[in-house]
Amino acid sequence: MGRYIVKRLGIALITIWLVATLTFFLMNLVPGGPFLSEKAVSPKALAALEEKYGLDKPLSQQYVTYLKGAVAGDFGDSLKQRGRTVTSIITSKFPVSARLGGLAVLLACCIGIPLGSISALNRGKVLDNVIIVLATCGIAVPSFVICTLLMYFFGMRLGWLPTLGLGSWKHYVMPICALAFYPTAYITRLMRSSMLDVLGQDYMRTARAKGLNQFIRLFKHALRNAILPVVTYLGPLLAYTVTGSFIVEKIFNIPGLGREFISSITNRDYTVIMGTTIFLATLMVLMNVVVDIVYKIIDPRIKLK
Amino acid sequence: MKKKVLSLLLAAAMTVTAFSGLAITASAADAAEGKQLSVQIGPNPETLDPALNSAVDGGNMLLHLFECLLTVDQDGKIAPGQAESWETSEDGLVWTFHLRDGLTWSDGSALTANDFVYSWKRVCDPEVAAPYAETVLGMVEGFDQAIEGDLDALKVVAEDDQTLVVTLKAACTYFDSLAAFATLSPVQEATVEANGDAWAIEPSTYVSNGPFMITEWVPGSHIITEKNPNYWNADAIKLGSIKWNLIEDSNASYSAYQTGEVDFIKDVPTEEIPSLSDNDEFHVDTIMGTYYLSMNLNVEPFDNPLVRKALSLAIDREYIANTLMQGTYSPATNFIGPGWRDTDGNAFVDAANGGEGYLPLNADLEAAKAALEEAGYPNGEGLPVLHYTTNDSGYHKTVAEYLQQAWKELGITLDVQIVEWSSFTPMRRNGEYEIARNGWVADYSDPSNMLDLLYSSNGNNDGKYASADYDAAMDIARSTADAAERSEAMHKAEDIMMADYACIPVAYYNDFWLQRNTIKGTWHSGYGYWYFMYADIEE
Repeated sequence: MGRYIVKRLGIALITIWLVATLTFFLMNLVPGGPFLSEKAVSPKALAALEEKYGLDKPLSQQYVTYLKGAVAGDFGDSLKQRGRTVTSIITSKFPVSARLGGLAVLLACCIGIPLGSISALNRGKVLDNVIIVLATCGIAVPSFVICTLLMYFFGMRLGWLPTLGLGSWKHYVMPICALAFYPTAYITRLMRSSMLDVLGQDYMRTARAKGLNQFIRLFKHALRNAILPVVTYLGPLLAYTVTGSFIVEKIFNIPGLGREFISSITNRDYTVIMGTTIFLATLMVLMNVVVDIVYKIIDPRIKLK
Repeated sequence: MKKKVLSLLLAAAMTVTAFSGLAITASAADAAEGKQLSVQIGPNPETLDPALNSAVDGGNMLLHLFECLLTVDQDGKIAPGQAESWETSEDGLVWTFHLRDGLTWSDGSALTANDFVYSWKRVCDPEVAAPYAETVLGMVEGFDQAIEGDLDALKVVAEDDQTLVVTLKAACTYFDSLAAFATLSPVQEATVEANGDAWAIEPSTYVSNGPFMITEWVPGSHIITEKNPNYWNADAIKLGSIKWNLIEDSNASYSAYQTGEVDFIKDVPTEEIPSLSDNDEFHVDTIMGTYYLSMNLNVEPFDNPLVRKALSLAIDREYIANTLMQGTYSPATNFIGPGWRDTDGNAFVDAANGGEGYLPLNADLEAAKAALEEAGYPNGEGLPVLHYTTNDSGYHKTVAEYLQQAWKELGITLDVQIVEWSSFTPMRRNGEYEIARNGWVADYSDPSNMLDLLYSSNGNNDGKYASADYDAAMDIARSTADAAERSEAMHKAEDIMMADYACIPVAYYNDFWLQRNTIKGTWHSGYGYWYFMYADIEE
């Protein structure tokens, strides 16, 4: 298993390097630049800025300089937010998004896994149909609609929850619900279909035939096997969710990382684009490695090579 | 076995636990003494370094954090700021400013004329690369050497601790309004030199000299500014603090206003405007600026003034401003609109074209068709499909759709291209367009700020308008110290560009906002700034 992990980490590094390289050249292909404004900056000021940040150098040279810095852990300064480093932007904003995203994933698991199992156990009955309809809605409705509805009813009409920023625990309720909506629905459906799969297996019939009580049958034999697809999904889901959602953060005005991804692109803030992309890629790759290891723990039949 | 299953189920929970250890930055809002005004005027400012800022919302915050030599008062007139008085030499070249007694920084240390010398030279520093350097100091003697790196060449001298003398290379009658421009705020040398660019992001290193000072900044969330007890006029400040909510989305700011979390919002969703017209908390006020269309004059058929005339006259400005833009803009009949000041201090627009607008408020289709026919395109025959480029925000798309419809009456087919903002700006600047949306909001109230846009060599001359007569008139306006001659030259310049149909003015900008009636003592200037420093909240 040790060798396996080393091998996977090696592949992970190559993946991250590929992502960084592609992003670097693609973002430089897009027209525009970080120092644009509606009113033209004088050519002298523009030249001085480009020199300051090394944007006057050939692209290949910029690429090498950037990679060298990145390997040494220096992701540079933001080109737009003068005085802030990319690292400080990520370290100040990621915890906010991670807290919201982590809680949302937890909520999604706590609701989605039982709901999917219940649905499977009651296959074809009214309860099953209700859950399927709800889950389908959850997948089909985009998050900005959820956010707006939540905000309208609980923020404006009922006045129960604040709509702006993050202060007290009350501020967390709506963004977490909005973030958890889609994954809950997805996990429910995933759990239902894999549970149905497992319930039809021969060993389940055997377990029942030998008189195991229902609790052990469900938890030890069914759930443990049925949860594998959910675990697979959980890795990338966690990576995506903890890095923040642009829409949810924009609507509830949360100072998280999700907004930084999109605004850095529209602002052509090259160093922030690179920093956030590499960060997301790293997290994504790592989560996949973690999922593989967790797999092995749940299912001893799986051999990691 | 069961334990392992449970541990898996708790995998997500562990991640969360790991993060929940990171405490949320507690809001200092409750710590501030006195009344707090909660406002929204824009998203997270890119910078609050006066030399680096080029945004209107950033400039608005800077007005509260710093005070320049001069300020703009409630009536839009230039008033004393850190300087108590000032005078100009007879030839208009030497400006002397006399600072108040006992000025201090927010940290209590003394502020002298030398601080202005340092700050102004810093604006010219190529290492700092201040975007507005040329606009605000370009007319000062020695600027050309300073911008190349020889900072001491800039003729800004502190004669003593309270006297600042500025020598210009050419007369500049509006230099007083530049002395009130946020870029020329004094910054403290000690903190800037010790902390570099980062001095302006941490409240602990952010030293300022205005009515308020920063005590907390959570990027993307809020900025808290508290009353600066060291400000010379601190006794007149009634608020304890101002909370600047950094909201990007207009729907988010509107709901925050509705739930009572914010008392003032600048970004009102345009969809809500019809329902707000009767609301006495909804305000509309003029700002100096014009929404106009640039045509690429190097490209056929826009090189023909008659075609430009036809396009301009076919537009119903009244309909665009009052119906399509719901009264949040005003119809533009001139290039220089309301708010801009003539050299005698009166409104520039009153003396333009004998006091009458250059363009009709409503569409003049007959004249437009006649012009098109004269140009050799009767009923639009022979004209290719024209292309209009704009980014998608505010009313830009609505206007584009209207133009399609309006110019169809002339037999013109218009193809609309919506481009992302960051790509749009360089396209327009490089002349990669036929017709494009354009606009300008004043930096200072002298009309030359906007008339310069059409000077042949100006970097913002997106239409590449080149008229020798126009350039000659602007050259006179730039060099003369005689107010009457200068005024005449600027009016002549506007006459020329309007007769040439160098661009198509569409509407004048307004600011519109929501403000609770309990907030008293604020005002709004034609520069698009709100002044909250002397505000009070009625209980």
